[in-house]
Amino acid sequence: MIQFKQRQKIIKGIFITVIVIFLMKLFYIQIINSRYKYSARNNAIRYEVQQAARGLIYDRNGKLLVSNIASYDLMVIPKDVVEFDTLKLCSLTEISIKDFKKKLEICKNYSKYKESVFSKQLKISSAHKIQESMNEFSGFYIRVNTTRDYPIKVAAHVIGYLGEVDENRIKEKYYTKGDIEGKTGIEAAYEKELRGSKGMKLILVDAHNTPQGSFKNGKHDTLAVHGKNLTTTLDIDLQSYGEKLMKNKKGAIVAIEPKTGEILSLVTAPNYDPNFMKGRDRSKNYINLFNDKNKPLLNRALNGSYPPASPLKIINSLIALQEGVLDKNQSYFCDGMYEYGNNKYVKCHQHNPYVNLKTSLATSCNPYFCNLWENYFDSFDNIYKAYENWKNHVKSFGFGDYLDNDFISGTKGFIPGSDYYDRYYKKNRWKSSTILSMSIGQGELLSTPIQMANLAATIANKGFYFTPHIIKKIDGDSIPSKFQKKKYTSIAPKHFNSVIEGMELTLTHIDGTANLSRVEGINICGKTGTAQNPHGEDHSIFIAFAPKENPKIAIAVYVENGGWGSTWAAPIASLMIEKYLKNEITNKNLEFKMINSKL
Amino acid sequence: MRKTSEIFGKIDGISIALYLLLVFFGWINIYASMYNDDFTHTIYSLDTKHGKQLLFIGISIIVGFIILIIDWSFFDSLALFFYAISILFLIIVLFTAESTAGATSWIRLGIFKIQPSEFCKFTTSLALAKMFSLNKQKKYSLQSMAKSYLIILIPFFLIILQNDLGTALVFSSFILVFYREGLSGNVLIVFLVLFTLALFSLLLNPFILSLIITTIIILVYFLTSNRVRSIKISGLVAVISNVVIYSTDYIFNNILSPYQIERVNVLLGKEFDPLGSGYNLIQSKIAIGSGGFFGKGFLNGTQTRFDFVPEQSTDFIFCTVGEEWGFLGSLFFLGIFGGLLIRIIYLAEKQKSQFCRVYGYSVACILFIHLLINLGMTIGLAPTIGIPLPFMSYGGSSLLSFTILLFIFLNLNSYRMNILR
Repeated sequence: MIQFKQRQKIIKGIFITVIVIFLMKLFYIQIINSRYKYSARNNAIRYEVQQAARGLIYDRNGKLLVSNIASYDLMVIPKDVVEFDTLKLCSLTEISIKDFKKKLEICKNYSKYKESVFSKQLKISSAHKIQESMNEFSGFYIRVNTTRDYPIKVAAHVIGYLGEVDENRIKEKYYTKGDIEGKTGIEAAYEKELRGSKGMKLILVDAHNTPQGSFKNGKHDTLAVHGKNLTTTLDIDLQSYGEKLMKNKKGAIVAIEPKTGEILSLVTAPNYDPNFMKGRDRSKNYINLFNDKNKPLLNRALNGSYPPASPLKIINSLIALQEGVLDKNQSYFCDGMYEYGNNKYVKCHQHNPYVNLKTSLATSCNPYFCNLWENYFDSFDNIYKAYENWKNHVKSFGFGDYLDNDFISGTKGFIPGSDYYDRYYKKNRWKSSTILSMSIGQGELLSTPIQMANLAATIANKGFYFTPHIIKKIDGDSIPSKFQKKKYTSIAPKHFNSVIEGMELTLTHIDGTANLSRVEGINICGKTGTAQNPHGEDHSIFIAFAPKENPKIAIAVYVENGGWGSTWAAPIASLMIEKYLKNEITNKNLEFKMINSKL
Repeated sequence: MRKTSEIFGKIDGISIALYLLLVFFGWINIYASMYNDDFTHTIYSLDTKHGKQLLFIGISIIVGFIILIIDWSFFDSLALFFYAISILFLIIVLFTAESTAGATSWIRLGIFKIQPSEFCKFTTSLALAKMFSLNKQKKYSLQSMAKSYLIILIPFFLIILQNDLGTALVFSSFILVFYREGLSGNVLIVFLVLFTLALFSLLLNPFILSLIITTIIILVYFLTSNRVRSIKISGLVAVISNVVIYSTDYIFNNILSPYQIERVNVLLGKEFDPLGSGYNLIQSKIAIGSGGFFGKGFLNGTQTRFDFVPEQSTDFIFCTVGEEWGFLGSLFFLGIFGGLLIRIIYLAEKQKSQFCRVYGYSVACILFIHLLINLGMTIGLAPTIGIPLPFMSYGGSSLLSFTILLFIFLNLNSYRMNILR
């Protein structure tokens, strides 16, 4: 069909014609006509993040501890910013021009396309003014947000505070720069539950930064989901009372419900008003608190580590009973000192010289426990075996451990291992008498107030404890099951009765160390302690639980530089117990003295 | 199978080079259209479109290579068999397919979904070429060509039944193949005139248009000399024109679905609805137009992200080209594509057998009509019809079928000295 060969030219012609027409049209829309370039600038989608309101926090009786109030943040999307009246925006936001430019640069470096917070928590009046003249500030907009409010000004450390997310948290995808997250306390521990989830709204805006409605009728929008409300285990009345008692003192109080491990109050002193950590003055307040020499930002209840002092005698007694090296009824004669080497003595204080286990606990007789310590070690043929066995018993009470609680900060205290003494004294160069101070709780061992409160709860329960925790209820969710599991010590329950009776005598016996802190009608079992402090006055310690028959509260009180345990810690603990169990105080004089004393 | 030296000595390197350029240019634009700030910069992840496309490109190149080393007679002798299989699949699709975007044209095969109508393009081309070469008659007539027409019409109507107007339109491009093989040029002209008439009937009131056309015909009749004046022809033209005018109007208003009517109306400028059905068109023009002469640069497009342009990586891939590479990019793309079309025609004309030539023309025409519809739609010269841009658009079925289509021709071309029939 040679005659049709010429038709290839026509077909090629058609192809080329169409391509040329296309090129002409493209030349027109890409180069000649500027309408499309203008339109492209019009086409902008603003991604408006819908911040979810954080969940509320209640105390165990349903009292509101943390709520939300509205706040206004100025947001910026750097790619949309065009020239504007910097001065006007500066005066509205109360920022100097220099800071203003620096801030804009920081936002730009973070992302040109993503929103960042330009200025936080504006005054309501300036937020409204900016909103009115929004069209002058392309790329900026106001985000309505919520900020925390604390109707009752207590428990700052337990609740924790919020802050901007760290750089490394931003990598977690959920957060963007300038977002708020819990930094400490419950706010941090239950961040995932409290934060809810952000929503995203896509808004078409025109060249004047004026919203033109939602993009594609909100097809791509997502709604913000309100955070879950939490109920803490705190009894806010007891907490307030504790903070009042600890005013002008340094120290901590931890109260636990032994049957559940729920923390009823967790006081650290000095502390601060939680409202300091919000709003535009937050950073100023924070710096002041940070620089305060009394360290109000330190949570002593969790982070303070002290020698356990005499309360450790309870554990030592229990270990001796468990190992069968102690006859609890055998009498011991205390002559006021215990000699353990050439001219080396452990001293005692004035009490009836004939003591047994119960009375020695009540009077906190040092020689009795030194003797007990030596008896324990003598029953083993090898000091290492004896020491490690003792250490494991102590560990089973939760010492040297974070206790797996729901606080994000804390220390685990310290139980030295035998290797520690090997390093210190060289191998086989130490014996029971070398570490005799451990028998009365003054040695290298360190514990925290929450561990000591847990010890009181463990004794109240006769041998087991629940991990102390701060969460009672999460709306629409269950609390972690680890908080409902009993943790047993290595001591058989039957051995607890005699030490409990000894602790009871601490308050009821004529020679009892906390004899003056007795409370009419409440059977308190306690143990005083005086932690030796090389830097100054000794620390006053008291642990207790009550009532004896059906314990409802276990408590540990620490007063730094308070001297004897019986001077400060024991009275404060007894007031706390009475407040919790009776809700009224009989000994008003004692209460007045405790509240108004400065240390 | 043949020797390696034989394969690579006779394969048309220019076509292969143009093909590879298009495929990789397409890929970087798919990558760009998926790119955004939150992008994790992994290229190989199969969770992403560009990652999948890379896999498709790999598969296509392997398949292309296999096609090149197969003996040509495989395609020649099995042409009708392939055709029958693909028709069978088209029928199966009608009963089993799941629908995407209104058209029911997909079949699920394991983890992959395939679109039989895509593969029908090359099987129909092969069958058409076979039909021509079987037909020994030297003279071109309607009757002798009936079987060849049937080859085109069967898949055409089956695809219409799938509600896939875009792909069905592809089959109309075969008219150019028939033209090359002897169809009268008048037929082309008549089609063109009727098309124009139909277009006008949509723009104007059909009654007024029919009045104008009839008046013109009467005027022409009286103004022409007696020698060529014919009452029969004039009457026939008048009747056909009026039938076309009124039937177009009827089809447009009563048969097309509302969204199709809207799209045509927007294109014709009869409706303006920037956020409704004119949306795609306006957004794609804005994206392309904002590119300017040099473009905004690779990964710097703003319009082709954020979902402004829908179907960004498939049917509207050219928007990314236009925005990020500007007029230079458009020129580059059309240059390469046009070059490939002309090269195929050039090679087709060098074939010694009618089978190879017809197949070559089919390839060129199919590629051409895709360009015509897709680019026409993207820059606002044709209504919005979903059809991929060959070698550029995201999608495994389309890339693979275009690769097979082209590489079969390259295979036949490499044998052209041996195929004489």
